Parts: sequence; C-alpha cells; structure tokens
Amino acid sequence: MADSITPSVGAVSSPTFRGRPILQMRGITKSFGAVRALGGVDFEVYAGEVVALVGDNGAGKSTLVKTIAGVGPADSGEIFVDGMAVKITSPQMANRLGIETVYQDLALCDNLDVVSNLFLGHEELTPWRSLSEVPMEKRTLEVLRTLDVKIPSIRSLVASLSGGQRQSIAVAKSLLRKAKVVLLDEPTAALGVAQTRQVLNLILRLRDQGLGVVVISHNLADVFEVADRVIVLRLGKRVATFDVKNTTSEQVVAAITGAEFGELMSSGGNGASEGR
Amino acid sequence: MGDIIEQNQTPEPSEASQVDAFGAGKEPFSAAAVEVPSYTPRQTFRQLFRGDLGFIPVIITLAIVVIYFTIVTGGVFLYPENLSNLVGPQIGSVAILGLGSILVLLLGEIDLSVASVSVLCAVIMAILSERSGAPTWVAIGAALVSGALIGLINGFFVAVLRVPSFIVTLAGSIGYAGLLLHLLNGQATLPIRNPFIDAIAGSSQSFLPDSLGIGLPALGVILYAVGVIYGYVSRKRAGLRTISTTRLIVQIVLVAVLAVVSVGVLESEHGVPYTTALFVGLIILFWLILTKTSFGRHIYAVGGNAEAARRAGINVVGIRIAAFTLCSVLAAIGGIVAASYGNSVASQIDPTLLLNAIAAAVIGGVSLFGGRGSVWAIILGVLIIGGLINGLSLLSQGTDISEMVEGIVLLFAVTVDAVLRRLQARTGR
Repeated sequence: MADSITPSVGAVSSPTFRGRPILQMRGITKSFGAVRALGGVDFEVYAGEVVALVGDNGAGKSTLVKTIAGVGPADSGEIFVDGMAVKITSPQMANRLGIETVYQDLALCDNLDVVSNLFLGHEELTPWRSLSEVPMEKRTLEVLRTLDVKIPSIRSLVASLSGGQRQSIAVAKSLLRKAKVVLLDEPTAALGVAQTRQVLNLILRLRDQGLGVVVISHNLADVFEVADRVIVLRLGKRVATFDVKNTTSEQVVAAITGAEFGELMSSGGNGASEGR
Repeated sequence: MGDIIEQNQTPEPSEASQVDAFGAGKEPFSAAAVEVPSYTPRQTFRQLFRGDLGFIPVIITLAIVVIYFTIVTGGVFLYPENLSNLVGPQIGSVAILGLGSILVLLLGEIDLSVASVSVLCAVIMAILSERSGAPTWVAIGAALVSGALIGLINGFFVAVLRVPSFIVTLAGSIGYAGLLLHLLNGQATLPIRNPFIDAIAGSSQSFLPDSLGIGLPALGVILYAVGVIYGYVSRKRAGLRTISTTRLIVQIVLVAVLAVVSVGVLESEHGVPYTTALFVGLIILFWLILTKTSFGRHIYAVGGNAEAARRAGINVVGIRIAAFTLCSVLAAIGGIVAASYGNSVASQIDPTLLLNAIAAAVIGGVSLFGGRGSVWAIILGVLIIGGLINGLSLLSQGTDISEMVEGIVLLFAVTVDAVLRRLQARTGR
C-alpha cells in the first residue's frame, strides 16, 4: 500500500496511522560520559500500530526505551504524548502518562496468584479497606479474555504458569492500567515455538485494542510477523524506517549492519556474511 | 484427609461447566473463556491453605509426633491435663515471638533479636512498675513503645541502609542483652508484684470465664462460617468460579471441629488461659491483615520479588520497616507474657527462646526464602516443638535429647521447604 523505505515521520502507510502519533519524540540525545548513546533520535508510535525497534547491540535501543520508560531520562529532546509536550523523569511519571514497559524479567511475583500480580500496588478495596476480590477477579477475566489468554485458573500461582502465560500476565498488567503505549523488551526471547506464537498473538491483540505497541527484538522473523513498521537504530542514530508490507528482511539486516543494500543482494542475500 | 481431596476433585468439572453455560449466555465475560478447566491442576489441598504445599509434611510430622508419644507413653500424652499443659501459657510467649518472626521471614529476612528484645521490653516494664512505681498502663505501654522503637531501628538499618538483617539483628541481640543487664543493674531476678501484670499469665485466675472461653471461639467459628458463605454467594452471583459446596461445608466443619476439640481440652482442665486467647487473637488479627489487606499482600510481594514490588509502585522500604516494627512489638508482647508467667524478669535470656520461636515458624512451614507461609504455621510449629519437649519429658528424657530431636526436625523442615521449592519450580515451566 505504501512506499518502500520511508524514513519520514508522517508517512501514512496504513489506514490506522491517521492523525498525530500517540507518542512522539524529537531529537532525543543521551550520553554516558564521553559516549554518545543517542544522537538526536526521532521516534513515533501511532495508536493501533506495532512498531519494532531493531538494531545491533549498542545501537541505542535499550537507551531509547529507557528514556521512554522513565528509567534513564534523556539529556535533551522533546517528548509528546497525545500531542502534549511532557517530560518523563521517572517510571511513575511514564506510567501516569499511560506508558507501560514489560521488561524481559517480567517483574512478576512468583509466589502470588494471577489476580494478585495484576493488581499489585493498585488493589481494589472495599469501603472498610479490605481487599475487594470479586471485582478484581472480574476485571482479570475481562482483560485476559481480551488478550485471549488461557490459564488453568486466575487463582493459580504465577510460578506454575508457562513462559508464554507469564508473558501474557505481564502484558495484561499494562492493559489493566489503561496504558496507551506498551513497550515490550525482547518478548519472545527464551520462549519455545508455541509460546512465541502465543505472545505474538498477544501483541496483535494489544494493537487491536488501539494501543501503540513498541517491540524490541532481535528476531526478525517475529518482527516481520507482527510489526507494522520497523525502525532501525545504528550507533545512536535512526537510520531507516520500513513498512513491513513491502520490505524484505535483507533490507532490514542491511540497515542494521550498515552494509550496502546492493552488496548484500549480490552476495546472495546472506546478511550475516556481510555484517560489519 | 485423602477423601477430602477426592471429594473436592469430582465436583469441579460440573461446577466449571455450569459457569460456562451461564457465562456464555448473559455475562459480558465468561470464566471458562480464560480458565480452562481441563488445565486445573490438582491443588485442592493447597487451595485450602491459600497456595502452600508446606502444610502437608507439617501435618504429617505433627501426626507422627502425637501418635509416637501416645503409644510410648501408653496414652498419657493425650490426657487432657497433659494437652492443656502443652497448649498452656508457657508456650504462649514462644508462639507470639514466632508470630512476629513470621512477618520478617515472609520478607525473606530474619530477626535474631526477638528473644533479647522481648526480655529487654519486659525488663523495662518491670523496672517502671516495680522500681519507679509507674502506673501499670505506663509500664506496659513503655514496653510496647520500646519494642516499636527497636523494630524501627532494625528496619531502618535493613531497609534504608541495606545492611543484611542477619547482621543487624545479631548485633541488636547482643546489644540489647547488654542493655538489659545494665538496666537491671546487677540484679539477677526482679520479681513482679503488680497484680495486673501477674494476672496476664502468671496467676491461678489467668483463665477466661467459661462463658467467654466457649463464647468467643463459638463467635469466631460463626463469623468464619458467615464470611466463607458470604464469599461463596458473592462469587456465585458475580459468575466467578467457586469452590464446590462439599468443600465449603468440609472447610467450615473442619474449623468448627478444631475449635471444639481445642476448647474442650482446655475447658476440661482450668479453662482457656488468657495467653492462649491472646495469641489465638493475635494470629487471627495477623491472618486477616496478611490475607485481606493490601498491606499484607505487599508483604508477600516484597518477599517474593522485591524488584517487581518496587516497580509496581509499592513502598518496599516502608513495608520492610513496618514488618520489623511489628515483629519487635510482638516480641515485646511475648516478653510481657513471659514475665507475667514467671512473676519476674531475669537478667539471663533463655537460650532456647530465640531458637524455638524461629524454629516454630520454619517447622510450621514458613519459607526462609520469603514470600511463602501462613501465620497459622506458628500453631503447628509450636505444637510440634511443644509436643516433642512435652513427650520427651513424659519419658523423663532431659533437654539434651529433646534439643537433639528438635534440631533434626528443624533440619527436616527446612529441607522439605527447599526441596518443595525446587520441585514447584521444575513443574512450573
């Protein structure tokens, strides 16, 4: 539908990308001492799309995500949420703005059940300050059904769930908090085939809920399966934006490694051999 | 116990399919769309105690202790006068200290200062009441406030300065023992003549009148039944999956039987001691706090995964300080009870007090790794330790044997905890 390589911001590549981005960042810089991790990066997510953030190790993916999540605030640059200029200085601030991050370690309490984990720190209480379990369970069922998650019981301990189910619970947590943007850090790392399928399905469900989803991944197969757009970082700069519908993984690999696209094609499309 | 599990298993699928049919019809959501009944693990017994496998080996251990001593003593062990001895005031202090230890153990921390703190607070109370002639409530209040202050200090070092609790409380244990020697000023034993303090546990009148001794437990059981049935009905009305009615009834009957048996044993002798009423009351209070309030849930969360709790916006430092403070306040209460029972405070701290308090919690099934265990564990733990000591003394074995046996049981309990934890993790993935 849209044109091939579109490094421009406002590219309308799918009908859902109308209007202004739900999260937009302009000219983000971040240095650690003498090392410039991010050198003026622009980034944007629209409601109802999945953006994959890819790049080699040290490209600045984690640093960029940390500036969004409020864990490592940016040195300079502008951030807009729903068009409003904001400063994200702490994870709590990010949460209040509707930005939720699902880290690789998932941050679940294995010794608590699913409902307790979902509402941890935001428990619903009865008028006399005790836990109000029935409404919490109802909400849990609603949210898990929206995400099409299947578990033995919402009262089973998280420790007894599979990797994919745990990932689902971590994601459900963000949906429960009425997130607008969800950041997923390597959601399919260390998962089996069936589990990966489950998580990718989950990401699509989040998108269908009208959320902006940012996925950081090394796995291009997964990226191509769920992402609408792919943003490539290299050495702290945004080097390319692809619309997955008319992009090949060779093109993305070329952008990640910085190899010439032609060179790569002539070498039989094997990106790894040219990787430099 | 076996048939309870069986009974509970069978009605489950029908229950679930009812919810399914019901939910698919008119509810905006359905439990069956999310909860796949065929996946329901065999965890009925666990559910009974809110997700804790640790109770099964504990109950078996207790049963072994009871059966063994009943046989070798020719039944004397089970005589009411012996049983009421067993659950009488002398273990009240250990149970209350152990209850405090549980709060700290749930965080994955340990408090080695409970014994020193309990005696120190009792000494403060005794000095104020006996030497300074302060009113009773001032003396008792000062003991509780000292406990709270010590707990705050422990908690501050552990939570804010991040010093390992083992070291903080070990240092505290030594320091407070010295402080109480200093306060007693060379006096080895300070008798307590304050009639109110002595009446808590240490006089022949320290028993509830029969009306209360029977009335309070009856009220407790009724409230429990009402609570459980109310929960059942409101879940049913909300279209959520409920426990089977059989299990509901079994649960209530079990609690009622336990209450009747314990009260019956105590009433057949002198009645229910104040101490027993106090510690059962405290256990119920902390059970409600831990399972029915967000504070309690946050304690489990911090013990399970402190980083996850922090990211969920929980004030981890506050929770840790609160737990240490409550632990030391409970230690102070335990100290007051012990002082009352002995009608005196001594400069010498009973070396088994600390061991027994923490061991009772761990033997009862509270995990040393944090996040697992219920306050009811303390009753089981105290019964096992009390049973061992009592049974061995009936056989006229001294403390030498009973401490060796207790050591083995403690090691066994911790091993079971560690192994279960590994097994759970293995089946989990």
